[in-house]
Amino acid sequence: MSIDISPASAPKKLSPKERMAIERQCMPEQGATARAANFKEVNLGFPEQLAFLEAERCIQCKDPKCVQGCPVRVNIPRFIGFLAAGDLAGAAQSLLGDNALPAVTGRVCPQETQCEEQCIRGIKGKPVAIGYLERFVADWAREHRNGAKPAAVPASGKKVAVIGAGPAGLTAAGELAKRGHDVTVYEALHQAGGVLVYGIPEFRLPKKIVDMEVQRLRDAGVKIECNVIVGRTYTLPELREQFDAIFIANGAGLPVFMNVPGENFKGVYSANEYLTRVNLMSAYEFPSADTPVLVGKRVVVVGGGNVAMDAVRTAKRLGAEDAVIVYRRTKAEMPARVEEVHHAEQEGVRFELLVAPLEVIGNDKKWVTGLKCQRMQLGEPDKSGRRRPVAIPGSEFVLECDVVVVAIGTRANPLLTATCPELKLNKRGNIEADENGMTSLPGVFAGGDIVRGAATVILAMGDGKKSAQAIDDYLRKPAASA
Amino acid sequence: MHRIVAKIQLSPNVTRLDVEAPRVAQIRQPGQFVIVRRTDRAERIPLTVADADPKAGTIALVIQAVGKSTKELVALNVGDVIRDVAGPLGMPTELISKGRALCVGGGVGTAVVHPIAQGLHARGASVTSVIGGRSKEWVIFEPELQRYGNVVVCTDDGSYGRKGFVTDASRELLEAGGIDIVYAVGPVPMMRAIANLTRPFGVHTIVSLNPVMVDGTGMCGGCRVDVGGETKFACVDGPEFDGHKVDFDLLADRLSTYRPQEQAAAERCGDNCRVGLNK
Ligand SMILES: Cc1cc2nc3c(=O)[nH]c(=O)nc-3n(C[C@H](O)[C@H](O)[C@H](O)COP(=O)(O)OP(=O)(O)OC[C@H]3O[C@@H](n4cnc5c(N)ncnc54)[C@H](O)[C@@H]3O)c2cc1C
Ligand SMILES: Cc1cc2nc3c(=O)[nH]c(=O)nc-3n(C[C@H](O)[C@H](O)[C@H](O)COP(=O)(O)OP(=O)(O)OC[C@H]3O[C@@H](n4cnc5c(N)ncnc54)[C@H](O)[C@@H]3O)c2cc1C
Ligand code: SF4
Ligand code: SF4
Ligand code: FES
Repeated sequence: MSIDISPASAPKKLSPKERMAIERQCMPEQGATARAANFKEVNLGFPEQLAFLEAERCIQCKDPKCVQGCPVRVNIPRFIGFLAAGDLAGAAQSLLGDNALPAVTGRVCPQETQCEEQCIRGIKGKPVAIGYLERFVADWAREHRNGAKPAAVPASGKKVAVIGAGPAGLTAAGELAKRGHDVTVYEALHQAGGVLVYGIPEFRLPKKIVDMEVQRLRDAGVKIECNVIVGRTYTLPELREQFDAIFIANGAGLPVFMNVPGENFKGVYSANEYLTRVNLMSAYEFPSADTPVLVGKRVVVVGGGNVAMDAVRTAKRLGAEDAVIVYRRTKAEMPARVEEVHHAEQEGVRFELLVAPLEVIGNDKKWVTGLKCQRMQLGEPDKSGRRRPVAIPGSEFVLECDVVVVAIGTRANPLLTATCPELKLNKRGNIEADENGMTSLPGVFAGGDIVRGAATVILAMGDGKKSAQAIDDYLRKPAASA
Repeated sequence: MHRIVAKIQLSPNVTRLDVEAPRVAQIRQPGQFVIVRRTDRAERIPLTVADADPKAGTIALVIQAVGKSTKELVALNVGDVIRDVAGPLGMPTELISKGRALCVGGGVGTAVVHPIAQGLHARGASVTSVIGGRSKEWVIFEPELQRYGNVVVCTDDGSYGRKGFVTDASRELLEAGGIDIVYAVGPVPMMRAIANLTRPFGVHTIVSLNPVMVDGTGMCGGCRVDVGGETKFACVDGPEFDGHKVDFDLLADRLSTYRPQEQAAAERCGDNCRVGLNK
């Protein structure tokens, strides 16, 4: 079927049948061999024509289920409707009103378990490529709406401190600035972005995009002070004296190790360290960047989430001949985004499934030489409903390798909370907060991974947005300054 | 941006830079350090806050030029800027306020011991320092440490003070008795030797560990050390630990992780790095 999609002419009205006949468009991407040897973005983005065509697939449901699947309730049919009508500016305005960082979420949301999972077109066939369209509109907006100054808002006279410049903190900062508050973001590292700059690799989310979003916030009057570690440079009680309200969004950055023998041998990294060296510190450009990273010939990454996929694909790009995922369940239970697992497979990553690590093996110089593992089988379902892996006796074997990356999770970093014992935490060290992000301390709000445990970018942003509203309400209450 | 307001060459390869960092200058405590990044592509390197002037808003960094980053730092001059100074990081030193402390410093470690002696003195403890260097020109911070108590200087070749290692002088002081606590900072073999020396005396001994760090906030785990069989992150749990419990072998070993890369980097930075050094 041929459809006139030249953007100059107004799009033709399609019959429902024609609309239903359009197939889901594929994301153009760098070829697997080429990209496995560079750090450039894998997905190249829809060209305009594919975007318009894909937008036509949306049947503009009266009761759009997709929106229910989106944690921040982006009005999906609305922005896609503008797009289908060729009105890119309209689409951008609609999308940006709902989602502060669409260029980021369009790239990293697990769409297949969120918006796209609910899309009606997915019942018989493939769902509308909402994430790809979101990315397309966001990228267009970035290139075409530069300099669009946000409308000036009257200053509220209130000061708010945001701790942590990850997606939760940045979203909250933007929303608070929009409401006229004087916002200062404190970030421990030398660069704003949180996991978006130190964890998620360049080949999935170019740093340039995050930097531009951060610049947009600065232009909107948000002050961002890097190299400030709250808990050390300032304590929480000190900030409470200086600010009318506080939003804590310091993430869940404490790496969890396996607790097996040999874990301190040279060549064992936490995923946080491995990815920070490569992303934040640009170690993939060593020696033109100063920070080194060990380039393994055979790299084993333990874990099955996005973090593990990012680490293993990074290893491949650094030049590993063999890059292996060790995961103790099956592919079906992997928490990673489907696209990431798929891309990793295409790039030649090996998967050792139903395998659990027992011990890191090293030589007499204490360099890693292997990972001793055992095979597992799935037994009875556990509390999470997933079938529990059970060790198969006598199945031990050694995976030879020279670098091991541990990507089995992160926890709350106690650096900040330790300076404020009155702040209520749960058993796992996460801050307790109600649905608006209010903590046990008046005027102190929290959101993102520090409250949820390691979650997702969009949930962190959702928290930032909600808490900004709650902080605004709190500050406008007459008694607030008392 | 942090401007360098003073620069002093302390020994053939140790330079003191006084750097603007008002907040750190105001609140730093003994034992704490900062993470410094000279320019945009530079490495994040940890350096102890050796002294501070809260009024002037400056901190003293005492830097031993060992590789690319440190050589480039000491090549900077008054008026130049350092891009990032983050901190203060680490736990403050566990200080006593009465009794007698022995502060042992080897090489650039002497500058790390300085704020500890300063803190002890301010709290009312009595301080004896034992500091050492290869020869006279390598001894640093002697006048500063003298403000807080008696200083015994040792040189390997006997060109200044007494001939011998800091361990020899420390042994005599321990044998004479009356020492309640020992703080030792220097090269790993020196700290190990001091810890072994004090063990039979049963004197609590604190050492300052210098593993490779990245963030300095507990996020990466690269700085992990073994203390009493437990893995600790030196940047947040330390950098000071009970010297009798530290696995010095592991520390020394992990410090060698990037040796080939460090050599390559040092060669590459060539002449640029040598500026500052040939004085
Ligand atoms: C490698 C990796 C890949 C991921 N991939 C995906 C993905 O594909 N899709 C997805 O949805 N999610 C993904 N996630 C999860 C997602 O990135 C996080 O859920 C999200 O970033 C949490 O946002 P946050 O703002 O709560 O915290 P963070 O992004 O962690 O930001 C917290 C910020 O606070 C700073 N900070 C910490 N302590 C202090 C302090 N004491 N003082 C000042 N600042 C402090 C930190 O330096 C950091 O910049 C991934 C995570 C990782 C690690
Ligand atoms: C808490 C702490 C306080 C310190 N205080 C001082 C100080 O006051 N004065 C001083 O001169 N030095 C200090 N150091 C050591 C200093 O950080 C290293 O000498 C410096 O990072 C070396 O960098 P480079 O590029 O010049 O050398 P490189 O050629 O990279 O390395 C030389 C040696 O330094 C060590 N090293 C390398 N990179 C790092 C890193 N990122 N972090 C820590 N060590 C590293 C390694 O053992 C290496 O063998 C301290 C270290 C720590 C952990
Ligand atoms: S923000 Fe994420 S979940 Fe929501 S519509 Fe966009 S891609 Fe889907
Ligand atoms: S459910 Fe699918 S088809 Fe319906 S409005 Fe949402 S994206 Fe369009
Ligand atoms: S330096 Fe990263 S955890 Fe200590």
